[in-house]
Amino acid sequence: MQVETAVQESRDTRIMPIRPRVGPLGAGPPSCEPDPLSQKSLSFWLIVDRGCANRATPGKPQETVQTTMIRIDNVHKRFAGGGGAALAGVDLTIARGEVFGVIGRSGAGKSTLLRLLNGLEKPSEGHVRFDGIDVATLGPADLRQLRRRVGMIFQNFGLLSSATVAQNVALPLKIAGTPRAAIAARVAELLDRVGLHDHATKYPAQLSGGQKQRVGIARALATGPDVLLCDEATSALDPETTRDVLALIAALNRDLGLTIVLITHEMDVVRQVCDRVAVLKAGQVVEAGPVADVVIDPQHAETRALLADAGDIGPGAHDFAGQVVHFTVHGAATTTPLISRIARETGADLTILDGRVGRLRDTAYAQLTLGIAGGNTAAALELLAQYGRVS
Amino acid sequence: MTDFFADVVWSDIALATVDTLIMVFGSLGLTVLIGLPLGLALFLTAPEQVWANRGLHGALAVAVNILRSLPFIILLIVLIPVTLALVGTSLGVAGAIVPLVAGAAPFFARLVETALREVDRNTIEAVQAMGATTRDLVLRALLPEALPGIIAAGTVTAIALVSYTAMAGAVGAGGLGDLAIRYGYQRFQTDVMVVTVALLIVLVQLVQMLGDRLVRHFSRR
Repeated sequence: MQVETAVQESRDTRIMPIRPRVGPLGAGPPSCEPDPLSQKSLSFWLIVDRGCANRATPGKPQETVQTTMIRIDNVHKRFAGGGGAALAGVDLTIARGEVFGVIGRSGAGKSTLLRLLNGLEKPSEGHVRFDGIDVATLGPADLRQLRRRVGMIFQNFGLLSSATVAQNVALPLKIAGTPRAAIAARVAELLDRVGLHDHATKYPAQLSGGQKQRVGIARALATGPDVLLCDEATSALDPETTRDVLALIAALNRDLGLTIVLITHEMDVVRQVCDRVAVLKAGQVVEAGPVADVVIDPQHAETRALLADAGDIGPGAHDFAGQVVHFTVHGAATTTPLISRIARETGADLTILDGRVGRLRDTAYAQLTLGIAGGNTAAALELLAQYGRVS
Repeated sequence: MTDFFADVVWSDIALATVDTLIMVFGSLGLTVLIGLPLGLALFLTAPEQVWANRGLHGALAVAVNILRSLPFIILLIVLIPVTLALVGTSLGVAGAIVPLVAGAAPFFARLVETALREVDRNTIEAVQAMGATTRDLVLRALLPEALPGIIAAGTVTAIALVSYTAMAGAVGAGGLGDLAIRYGYQRFQTDVMVVTVALLIVLVQLVQMLGDRLVRHFSRR
C-alpha cells in the first residue's frame, strides 16, 4: 500500500531520487538509526512540484526545484453529531523546508487541518500525504512511526506537570525505545538548543510561559522530526515572548531544514516567520500564496479582515479634502525618501493619513494611506506608481 | 471521668478497632485494584478518547450507576448470597469485604474517571503525537498526571469505607460500628458509644491528613 502510494506520487510529481531514502517508515527501532538531524541531508528526494511554481517565495533564492513534504488533496472533515463540515474541500501543498502558515478565526477548521497531518484526526474524504504516504491508510504501528517524524507544539504547551523539564523532553525518546544513555545525551543537547539547560530539574509550574513553550519545542524535536506542527503555539504568550519563540522557530527552520506548519489567528505571527500562508474560512482555503503577496495585495475579504485586526489596514481618512490613495511599496524602494521628492517635483502636498511600515520576514514594506492636494496631483500619482502599487 | 468509662471493656475496643482497620484498608486495597482499571476504562471509552466506544462506555456506566444507586445498607443484604458463594460466610471481617468493595469500587472508579478528565487535553494529544501506544499514554502520562487526584479519590473512598464498615457492623461484620450498635445502642452503654465515636473521628482525621499529605507530595502544579 505504502509503496504503491509512493510510486504514484513519483509519477505525479516527477521524483528524482538522488540517494535512496535512509530508514523509511517502519524500518527498525529508532534507536538503531543514526542521529536524525545529521541524517537529514542523506534522506533527500528531489521533487519538481508544479503546485509551488506559480508564485515565488520572497526573500529566498527562487528555487525551481522543490520537494513536497505534505500534500492535502480535497480533504473534507465532518464530525459526528453534525454541526456542518469542519473542512470542506481543502487542497494544499507544503514544500520541504518551508514555513507554512494557516491563518483563520476560531472555528475556521485550522486545528482540525493541523491534526490531519499527524493522524490525530482522519479525513472524512480526500487524502493527506506525508512524504508520499497516505496518513489515513496507516495501521496503528506505522502511524506511531510516522508520528515520530512529526513534532507538535501546543497553545497550552501540553507538558506533563508531574515530570521535570528533562523528563518531559525525554518522554518521546522513552516511547521510541531509545537507550537510557542516549536519552540523557540527547536531552542535554536539546535543552541547550532551546536555552534551558539550567532548568532541567525544574517542573513546568516553575517556568514562565515562554520557557514552557521552549520545553515543548525541545520535546517536539527529540525524535529528530522532519516536520514541526505548531498549534497556536504563541497565542498564550505576551508579544515579546511571542517574538522570541517565533525567532526560535525560524532558527530551527533555517538551521535544521525543518518543515514547519503553523496555525494562528494572528497576522503578525504569519508576517514574522512564514514563507507562505493559506487563509482558512469556514473549512475552505479562500486565499493562499507567499506571505508578501497575501499581505500586500490581499484578494479576499477574510484576508483583509484579518489584516485589519492586526492593524495593517487603517480605518481610512474620510475627512481629508483632497485625493486619498492607498500606496504599497516593498523592497529597496521602501527606504527611498519618495514622498518629499514627489512633493518637490510636482508641487503637490502629500500627507500620510494612515500607514504601516514593517518587515515581512526578510522584505521591508510600507503600506500607506496618502492624502494628496494641490499642485500636479496626476503627476504625483504617476510618480508614486513608479515606486509601488497605487490603489 | 474515670468512673464514666469504668464499664468499658478496653480489650473489646482494641479488637474492634483492629477489625475496623482491617476492613477499611483491606477493602480499600481491593477497591483500588478493581476501581482504578474500571475508572480508566470509563475514561478511555468515553467519546473522543483513545478507546471511544459508545456501547462499552454505556454498559460500564450503567453497571457503576446500579451499584452506586443502592444505599449501602441494602447492598449489604442484597449481596449476602454472592458473599456466601465467594468467601463461604457473610459474617465477620471476611464476610464484610465483598459488600464493602462492591460498594466502594464503583464510587472510586467514578472519582478516578473525574481525576483523569482533569488531565489537560493538549497533554494527551502531545503524548499521542509522539507516537505513544495506549499503554504508554496510560502509564507515562495519564496516571502520573492524575496521581494527585487519584490519591485524593482514594482518601475520600477510605473515609466512605469507614462509614460503610460501621453499617456493616449492623449485619454482623464486627468492628467499631458493631460495638457501637450492640453496646451503645442496644444496651444503652453511652460510654462505649462515646469511645467508638471518638475512635472513628480520630481514624477519619488521620486518613484525611495522610491523604492530603500524599496529594501535596505528588502535586507539581
